[in-house]
Amino acid sequence: MDQVVAYLPSILNGTLVTIALALLSLALAVALGLLGAWAKLSDNPGANRLGAAYTTLIRGIPALVMMLLLFYGGQEIVNRVGSATGLWEYYEIDHFTAGVFVVGFIMGAYYTETFRGAYLSIPRGQIEAATACGMTPPLIFRRIVWPQLVRYALPGFTNNWLVHLKETALVSVLGLEELVRESFVAGRSTRQLFTFIFVALVIYLILTALSETGLRWLDRRYSRGVRRA
Amino acid sequence: MAESDASGGMIETIRQFSAESSPIDFVIILEHGDLFLMGLVQTVALVGLALVIGGALSIPLSLIRAYRHPVLNPIVWVYTYTFRGTPLLLQLYLIYYGLGQFEAVRESFLWPIMRDAWWCTLFAFVLNTCAYTTEILRGAIDATPWGEVEAAKAAGMSPATRVRRIILPSAFRRALPQYSNEVIFMLHGSVVASTVTVQDILGVGWTLNGKYYLAYEGFIAAAVLYALLVWGISRLFRYLERRYLSHLRPRDGSSGGGKRGPKAPSPQPAT
Repeated sequence: MDQVVAYLPSILNGTLVTIALALLSLALAVALGLLGAWAKLSDNPGANRLGAAYTTLIRGIPALVMMLLLFYGGQEIVNRVGSATGLWEYYEIDHFTAGVFVVGFIMGAYYTETFRGAYLSIPRGQIEAATACGMTPPLIFRRIVWPQLVRYALPGFTNNWLVHLKETALVSVLGLEELVRESFVAGRSTRQLFTFIFVALVIYLILTALSETGLRWLDRRYSRGVRRA
Repeated sequence: MAESDASGGMIETIRQFSAESSPIDFVIILEHGDLFLMGLVQTVALVGLALVIGGALSIPLSLIRAYRHPVLNPIVWVYTYTFRGTPLLLQLYLIYYGLGQFEAVRESFLWPIMRDAWWCTLFAFVLNTCAYTTEILRGAIDATPWGEVEAAKAAGMSPATRVRRIILPSAFRRALPQYSNEVIFMLHGSVVASTVTVQDILGVGWTLNGKYYLAYEGFIAAAVLYALLVWGISRLFRYLERRYLSHLRPRDGSSGGGKRGPKAPSPQPAT
């Protein structure tokens, strides 16, 4: 127990890194998800195909494999481009930035499907009515689509986010000093791996439980006025 | 003789091109095909065994949850909540690295097994998939139409017979679509085995990259193999769903009037 207290600062620091990683990659993933949903729903066959390729590829390959591929492959490509153009010397991608981009890119494919499904649940007549009222597409999106998109997407979003949060643990394999790695290092140096991994487990459990509660509250808020069986 | 020389030369050229000019060294992947095959077997064995054992364990647990057993239900709930709320990587670390902290574990007769990465991985996978499957199955049991249970009662079935004949068979069918997701997630999740030295598909990829100082060839080969497995699994489940859930599908409107029974063969275009 004393040792847990001694290592508490580094574990809390790791927790903050994990939370920051999750939230920043969430922003990227939601942006990619909206973009992907737009691509899959658009009339442009090229965008359609690109969106379909993105979701099929990501959902067919395990996240860790994709991470390693993007991380080490991306590193290699950056350096090859550097040496070919002579613009930069050996460049090492920062672990945190790489983690944000890789996790965001992977989870974006899952959010794409959520947003696409949610958009399709909005009755078509409402968008036609909004057009008939003379609203511009951005206005339609802001007033009609977005509020309902949030409502319809929330249950799927909650599931995705819980997967997303747990996925951040994999970034420890790339060497980022987040919660899993910090607690592993602490456990190894004190020869109390069980204790410290258990602490990390409890912290993850708290994070998922808090998100679940928060998202359920949001769900209730956005479903006001909807009657449920 | 001359011919074999020529073909040998050609293979040498291909090898050189692959290693030096092409961005991906294909030859090195193909040369280690047997390693990847072993990795494939390892992955399929781990995931398959975990699914079978975890699935079997989840049946009694889901019944406890569905029937809300006063003592056991909270315990099972804590178990499923914990394992569904934490990353599989940490669960595996806790078992593989963590258990050795306790002297009682180190001195027990199980230690030779609990020290071995493969058994620890299987253990972690079983616990993980069992937690998810329990909740999937519980949802399916909860969704049993009450009339079916009433009919079974009226027919004089005992509670155990009802579960065996009525509730479980239809719950299994209803759980199929969600369970297919769980199988794919389990396969995706199984890659963490490579972080504790198990030579599964990704483990072989790591080994190959480490051996030849490659950046991504091993990972690409692994990615392709995993994608093929995912594709195979989703095909299998699509078949199973067609077979076992056909009674729940909306009737195909185009395939003919009020006819019941199997779909009529579609008319052949006139030749």
